Amino acid sequence: MIRPDADLLLDIVDLHATVADQPILKGVNLSIRAGEIHAVMGRNGSGKSTLSKVLAGHPAYSVTAGSVRYRGSDLLDLDPEQRARIGLFLGFQYPVEIPGVSNLEFLRVATNARRGELGKEELDTFAFEDVVRDRLKVVQMDAAFLERSVNEGFSGGEKKRNEILQMALLEPVVAILDETDSGLDIDALRIVAGGVNQLATPDNATLLITHYQRLLDVITPDFVHVMAAGRILRTGGKELALELEERGYDWVDQELAVLEVA
Amino acid sequence: MSTTSTVSDLVSKPYQYGFVTDIETEKIDKGLSEDVVRLISAKKNEPAFLLAFRLKAFRQWLRMEEPQWAAVNHPEIDYQNIIYYAAPKQQEKKASLDEVDPKLLETFEKLGIPLSEQKRLSNVAVDAVFDSVSIATTYREKLAEHGVVFCSISEAVKDHPELIERYLGSVVPASDNYFTALNSAVFSDGSFVFIPKGVECPMELSTYFRINSGDTGQFERTLIIAEEGASVSYLEGCTAPMFDTNQLHAAVVELVALDDASIKYSTVQNWYAGDESGKGGIYNFVTKRGHCRGDRSKISWTQVETGSAITWKYPSCVLQGADSVGEFYSVALTNNRQQADTGTKMIHVGPRTRSTIVSKGISAGHSSNSYRGLVQIGPKAVGAKNYSQCDSMLIGDQAAANTYPYIRSQQPESTVEHEASTCRISADQLFYLQSRGIGFEEAVSMMVSGFCRDVFNQLPMEFAAEADKLLALKLEGSVG
Ligand SMILES: Nc1ncnc2c1ncn2[C@@H]1O[C@H](COP(=O)(O)OP(=O)(O)OP(=O)(O)O)[C@@H](O)[C@H]1O
Ligand SMILES: [Mg+2]
Repeated sequence: MIRPDADLLLDIVDLHATVADQPILKGVNLSIRAGEIHAVMGRNGSGKSTLSKVLAGHPAYSVTAGSVRYRGSDLLDLDPEQRARIGLFLGFQYPVEIPGVSNLEFLRVATNARRGELGKEELDTFAFEDVVRDRLKVVQMDAAFLERSVNEGFSGGEKKRNEILQMALLEPVVAILDETDSGLDIDALRIVAGGVNQLATPDNATLLITHYQRLLDVITPDFVHVMAAGRILRTGGKELALELEERGYDWVDQELAVLEVA
Repeated sequence: MSTTSTVSDLVSKPYQYGFVTDIETEKIDKGLSEDVVRLISAKKNEPAFLLAFRLKAFRQWLRMEEPQWAAVNHPEIDYQNIIYYAAPKQQEKKASLDEVDPKLLETFEKLGIPLSEQKRLSNVAVDAVFDSVSIATTYREKLAEHGVVFCSISEAVKDHPELIERYLGSVVPASDNYFTALNSAVFSDGSFVFIPKGVECPMELSTYFRINSGDTGQFERTLIIAEEGASVSYLEGCTAPMFDTNQLHAAVVELVALDDASIKYSTVQNWYAGDESGKGGIYNFVTKRGHCRGDRSKISWTQVETGSAITWKYPSCVLQGADSVGEFYSVALTNNRQQADTGTKMIHVGPRTRSTIVSKGISAGHSSNSYRGLVQIGPKAVGAKNYSQCDSMLIGDQAAANTYPYIRSQQPESTVEHEASTCRISADQLFYLQSRGIGFEEAVSMMVSGFCRDVFNQLPMEFAAEADKLLALKLEGSVG
């Protein structure tokens, strides 16, 4: 839902970032307001995951220029955990396995970290079980996954559902979902998309990184951005995604060539 | 990227038990000779058999050499530059805790071991050993009602000489190795536990060792006997002040389990480990062995080793009784310049004996952490089974982990299984936890305690949380 007067949640201006001394992001501009759903598409290696990790504060990436403001204040100054606590969420393209750490305990500690920031009281093990059982319904996940180690031995699709479960628990203000739809079967896709739709409110916003129209069929984006070579090359409405589906990315090369000359 | 260096910063939290209690101490002169051995024995008014035991051990020690095979390095120890007996100047052990020097009570309270009637841990009886002597044992009367004897070994020598004569040195002979010979000659105190036939000890028993004097060696001796069908769970804890010289600790622990008896022995060791550059700290050379003498008996060792400059320790089980069971669960954390060479020996003698080994080594900083284990299956151990699992976790890229499993089987009808793994805490795992609002330190500590869970689950409930906290403490510090 687009409301030009809605709060500006995330404001990315001319963002440049490097990893291992390689420039990857080369001037990203993107503004996200409350209530909006954005989709970022683009070729493999164009920098989509890099953008998401820079926003979440991964220590391997260095910001070399530009700024990011989150609800009006500087985001890049904050530690990753602080960004999460104030409501930024990243659903990973490749969630890592953490052997030995109980999923349930992990979810509880994470939830309490966010609740602390919101001034809500801490949930003990018993209170948390009630909350988590309720949230499991959003992703139609079996409670047995709580007893296992974080993501350990989870199938690709199970890992993605676990990401959405975390999102459901943390109630983020800005959720970035990096290819949460990849590797999902048709039913799982519907469940995950249903979860995302259910969690969307006029006060929060979602940034979907995806390669597929089939996700955008079930979650309708307000804006579609095409990323190429570390910038956002073009922005449009949901029809832009359909156009990409039809034409592919060849046109990107021409536009990039023009940009290089300019 | 700075993740590894920040993790190593984190593991170097200052040692919080490094204080010295200012108390008048009676010490004998430095050095070791036959006269010193006689003096220790005389100070304790020991019976003749014990003096003979000590002297024989001393003569054996003189002919032995320090072992060199462990993966540890240290400057030569000058055995003539150590004090072999130090005791707080409070002569007799007091009948009532109210009479114990308040400074001593205060020391133990500061260490988190309140001994006074009102504050003591419920359902845990504590024997508190300060330097060379036991200063207090709680809940003695309650235990006595069940026929359980829990006291210092010096008291046991006086009150139960027949048990001492029968069992002391019967599991670990004085001549077993260099350090056992030394201990047998000069041991000053330690704990004694006797659980009579058919009795399940009604509470956890625990000994807390505190080294206070700077130039004193600690040579304690523990003996636990569980008669037929008896069972007991025992826990040992240790701390020491920070001195910049190294201190020697050479203990001997002997466990005896008769038919159907079970002994669970847990250690949470937090001696002073020395500073970042490796200056100071305890040299911990300990021999612990359990003898499953009876059929269906069981001995289980659980250890959490976090302190000491050097740890040289192999709690072992001799599985003699048919169907007897030995277990070893260990977490060893090393940081800075610490060196640990630890593991176990499972000696399968009787038929259908079973053993389980779970070892978790965590190395950070420039430390070195070695697992050394022996599984030996003798010719009569038909149907014996062993399962071993040795996992190492590396923090940073300067630490080392080694695994030396030795297997010797003389019985074809037996099974020995060994699994080993090494992992490193990855930056991506830490980032994943952080990106969910979990602070860096807590993220590291969650991963470390997750890694150790199989072992912590074995600790008595009262202490599992303690162990978790201890590791977290060792991992706490400034996040750079
Ligand atoms: N740690 C790293 N070291 C070196 N290069 C990296 C690193 N991380 C990312 N890159 C490079 O940065 C570029 C952008 O990668 P990124 O993961 O952001 O792409 P993406 O748009 O998410 O691609 P995909 O659609 O395949 O997920 C790639 O060329 C990648 O190889
Ligand atoms: Mg990607």
